[in-house]
Amino acid sequence: MSVAATTPRFKDNVHDALHDERLQRALPHARNFMSRRADAVARLPEFDALRDSARAIKDHTLAHLDLYLEAFERKVVEAGGHVHYARDSDEAIAVILGICKACGARVVTKGKSMVSEEIGLNAALEREGITAVETDLGEYVIQLRGEAPSHIIAPAIHVTRDDIEADFRRVHRDLAPDRDLSRPEQLLSEARAILRDRFLSADVGLTGANFLVAETGTSIIVTNEGNGDLTQALPKVHVVLASLEKITPTLNDVAQILRVLARSATGQDMSVYTTLSTGPRRPRDADGPEEYHVVLLDNGRSATLGGPFADMLRCIRCGACMNHCPVYHAIGGHAYGWVYPGPMGAVLTPLLIGVAEGGQLPNASTFCGRCEAVCPMRIPLPNLMRTWREREFERRLTPPLARAALRLWAFFAKRPPLYRFAVEPAMRGLGLIGRRRGRFAWLPFAGGWTRGRDFAAPQGATFQSRWRAKSGATQ
Amino acid sequence: MSARDEIFASIRRSLAVGPVDAPRRDAVAARLAQAPVGIVPRRGHGEATESLATFKSEAERVQATVAEVALSSDVPAEITRYLRENNLPATLRFGDDKRLADMPWAATALEIARGPSEGDDLNAVSAAFAAVAETGTLVLVSGADNPTTLNFLPDNHFVVVFAADLVADAESVFARLKADYGAGALPRTVNFITGPSRSADIEQTLLLGAHGPRRLHIVVVAG
Repeated sequence: MSVAATTPRFKDNVHDALHDERLQRALPHARNFMSRRADAVARLPEFDALRDSARAIKDHTLAHLDLYLEAFERKVVEAGGHVHYARDSDEAIAVILGICKACGARVVTKGKSMVSEEIGLNAALEREGITAVETDLGEYVIQLRGEAPSHIIAPAIHVTRDDIEADFRRVHRDLAPDRDLSRPEQLLSEARAILRDRFLSADVGLTGANFLVAETGTSIIVTNEGNGDLTQALPKVHVVLASLEKITPTLNDVAQILRVLARSATGQDMSVYTTLSTGPRRPRDADGPEEYHVVLLDNGRSATLGGPFADMLRCIRCGACMNHCPVYHAIGGHAYGWVYPGPMGAVLTPLLIGVAEGGQLPNASTFCGRCEAVCPMRIPLPNLMRTWREREFERRLTPPLARAALRLWAFFAKRPPLYRFAVEPAMRGLGLIGRRRGRFAWLPFAGGWTRGRDFAAPQGATFQSRWRAKSGATQ
Repeated sequence: MSARDEIFASIRRSLAVGPVDAPRRDAVAARLAQAPVGIVPRRGHGEATESLATFKSEAERVQATVAEVALSSDVPAEITRYLRENNLPATLRFGDDKRLADMPWAATALEIARGPSEGDDLNAVSAAFAAVAETGTLVLVSGADNPTTLNFLPDNHFVVVFAADLVADAESVFARLKADYGAGALPRTVNFITGPSRSADIEQTLLLGAHGPRRLHIVVVAG
């Protein structure tokens, strides 16, 4: 069972998000990512060539995914680790619970893992009486708030500093109530001290993976805080939870993708910690886990290969698409209603929970194309969203009135002379009526548009008629 | 059918391939064996002095500090100086690394502890396996010599880089790892560390010392 989606109520979610003053105060922070990425890209002349290289590596890997998985598995076992396969969320949870029970685990610390959100791991652990502790600062904050991440790399971007102070005062009851928490540094220090104890007392550490390397049987995490490293270095058991498409052939291939990952995500050249883990601790090692498990989750990804959405499997979860999305900037991540927000979420969500549940998300796009322009893996996100829209229409999930309107428009659009014949007088008419104010506050059949904003009045002539007049005049 | 078998069957169905497909197997075996190097930025490359200058400026860009000393025997004095100037306690922990153990610590007033950290150390020093000029990155490998916990638990982390271990790019690090540990094998943990720990999770404000070290001081030994 994965987390319940509110995606079918997307329109209500959007309405609520737009009217949520606290959220709207926090959201402008998401825009900071854009200039940082631009600066980092400007500093690396090879950036676009690296994008092509990264894309080619992933395409090659996905075309040979079965064989690279076999190679990866072989290497993990050679290094003394274990590989587990899970067809869906339930199986992944069962495997992880099995590992936890076998070692009598009571506390599991977690590095940041979107796949663990996808399978609803925390709730499943709690049901079995195992405490799950999120250790990424943003994840820790939202766990205290009982929320889901609203961004794949900045999970608490919807939360303000004031909110965090209030949450810490509410939950950290053992600390002096009159302590000063007015500066962000103080909040960080408090979380650091509390989580330090958790790291040292955990029985199992669970991390995600940015890469699984077939050449060496290595899992790699890319982080800034160091929480992922403490999560996997201190407990007796290290569990890696990752989806199939994280497989990458060689370390040299990883080096290519690393050069576009952090730049696209946070605008760093490299994240602070890129950590390669291979098997459990070795006989002479002074520290490290005694057991190493990799849980490989499918959840529909194998069926996506070779199909119209296969490009999505190149995604490296950098978040650049949402960082540059005007829709995400306006509504934040929670409105998308499931685990993955923004343009990548609009494509991935219908794949993972079905078009009937998630089909509204691909409609939440202005098709401005910025997501594709910044995607390090060159995923054609607008095109994939368009493909979902077509699916939604074909499967009659679009509301009847919208279907009728689209059919009517299509009837005219397929007959250009008729289209011009119908549209030119209509535009002249609307232009005349709206001439005085230059806009309409109300139009028939367009209440959904005009409730929130005015409709600009046409200027009278159509583009085509003006083009004809212009080219006639110059010839 | 087991989950494993079903996932492999599903992948092969989607890709319209069979389990025995010699050309595909050959392509994969070749890539794994050859591990071709892709596009490598020019930035890290150049003469030794140029590389060192790039390493230094890239490391400082990410809030690490860098000192250069002439000899291995100068390292204890440099660490003592840093601790004193930053009003930090005169304690230090390190592992079994012979290069570190052979340094003249007795000549300093530092209180030395050895072995992995249990979480209550303020200062630790590690010797780097390599350093990457392109991004100002340190590479540390796990083992008794330089326990991984020393990279993350102390507040202040010192890392000694011997100039001969400074390389241009990550690809060169992987080549060195292959030479030392064998093809397709790695130590339990390889840490690429680029600057001190940080978080921007509170309103996108950059704060240092999230869970790992608050300060990262790199000592480059020229000789």
